[in-house]
Amino acid sequence: MPPILRQAVGGAREVDANGATVRELLDDLTTRYPGIRAHLLDDGGELNRFVNVYVNNEDVRLGDGLETSVEPDATVIVLPAMAGG
Amino acid sequence: MGVATYREHLAAVKSGITEISAQEAAARVAEQPGPVLIDVRERDEYEQGFIPGALHIPRGNLESRIDNAVGDRTRPVIVYCAAGNRSAYAAKTLAELGFQDVVSLRGGFADWKQNGHEWKVPRTLTPQQLERYSRHTLIPEVGEEGQLKLLDSKVLLIGAGGLGSPAALYLAAAGVGTLGIIDADVVDRSNLQRQILHTEDRIGMPKVDSAETALKALNPDVTIVKYSERLTSENVLEVISGYDVIVDGTDNFPTRYLLNDASLVAGVPVVHGSIYQFEGSVTVYAPRVGPCYRCQYPEPPPPEMAPSCAEGGVLGVLPGVIGTLQATEAVKLLLGVGDPLIGRQLRYDALAMEFVELKMHRDPECPVCSKSPEEIEFIDYEQFCAAPARAVSAAPMFTIKEAVA
Repeated sequence: MPPILRQAVGGAREVDANGATVRELLDDLTTRYPGIRAHLLDDGGELNRFVNVYVNNEDVRLGDGLETSVEPDATVIVLPAMAGG
Repeated sequence: MGVATYREHLAAVKSGITEISAQEAAARVAEQPGPVLIDVRERDEYEQGFIPGALHIPRGNLESRIDNAVGDRTRPVIVYCAAGNRSAYAAKTLAELGFQDVVSLRGGFADWKQNGHEWKVPRTLTPQQLERYSRHTLIPEVGEEGQLKLLDSKVLLIGAGGLGSPAALYLAAAGVGTLGIIDADVVDRSNLQRQILHTEDRIGMPKVDSAETALKALNPDVTIVKYSERLTSENVLEVISGYDVIVDGTDNFPTRYLLNDASLVAGVPVVHGSIYQFEGSVTVYAPRVGPCYRCQYPEPPPPEMAPSCAEGGVLGVLPGVIGTLQATEAVKLLLGVGDPLIGRQLRYDALAMEFVELKMHRDPECPVCSKSPEEIEFIDYEQFCAAPARAVSAAPMFTIKEAVA
């Protein structure tokens, strides 16, 4: 979890979520932590254009997007754009 | 032969190697691919003039430096000195080291010049520069040539803040000849926890002036070009044109997106760094070679989802790590060595002390880099996340002007 979303998940750096695809995983995650939904998904349930999801360090945006399959022990990184300097 | 005079020994050495005339050498140098020319004279002789394209390796350093200079033993080599004697010894040594095609220039550089062949006075570092940059010139990948390249290079720093400070200091120390710095802010006491370009006694001074003071004190070789303004769609092309590399260490999304779009028009690579609290990120956006910022993040987040360091805070040493990585990538790009961080994003988590490399790809449908430079329009997003006091609730998008390449 990126720093800006950690407060919404009780300060955790890593959280568990279930799902066979990124979409299912994010649905499960946002059900557990409703506060982060608006950060990740737009009104139509698609990934916001300022957020990236990496499955095992590969960007899903240019692959199968939210339909990218997630293996049971996969590491999924959620990363909104960060501007600080 | 038991005891030999120098003359006798030299004659024996020359009989064991091949010598060629200046005319033959000139013909071979003109071939493509030509041979490797090695000038084995001392530095003071070399500085008076050399054969263009020759590597300068003084005779005394020949054995120790040849592996790094010419790895391939099958490449044809022509060695020369002033009159053809030292080069005879050098040719013998190179043959003993396994070079298969080594010849010595008979009559040396003197004959070469006398026969009217091309020569020139090399551009060299001054004695002071040789001393200052000696730890660079010792590295084969840099050498005197690389250092001269750095001195000829121009890097633009977007922001003289947390990331810009260490990046600018290291680039100045490295001898990057021209450093442009754009920053509209003045030094504030709250900057000093991390912005190591600035000092307590320069609070209130424009950051570009404070930066110039620090960088000039570190290395007077460096020319500082100051822009005490914000980057806008109006000035961006004018500011960034002519730079070899841009180091993006700004603190806000509007500037990052504007810079990305303009760098694609100007064709200048951007070494991108960003930080927040305990985490940072570095990557290199090489126009049309790798992905751009918009391939990664097509649009900026709305302001309420984009807290700045001024709101969220940042560990003071974090920009030291990220800004230094940016400077490293910039120097690599300038020298043309190593594997740049293109298509890869390096993430650093200081709390976990963990680096993760994420893979990025060019988006064939990227809203910006899929277009030709003439089609790219610049967008001035509302300044919403740099100065919290001026935060507004929405980030309207509007096009100010069409960029013409």
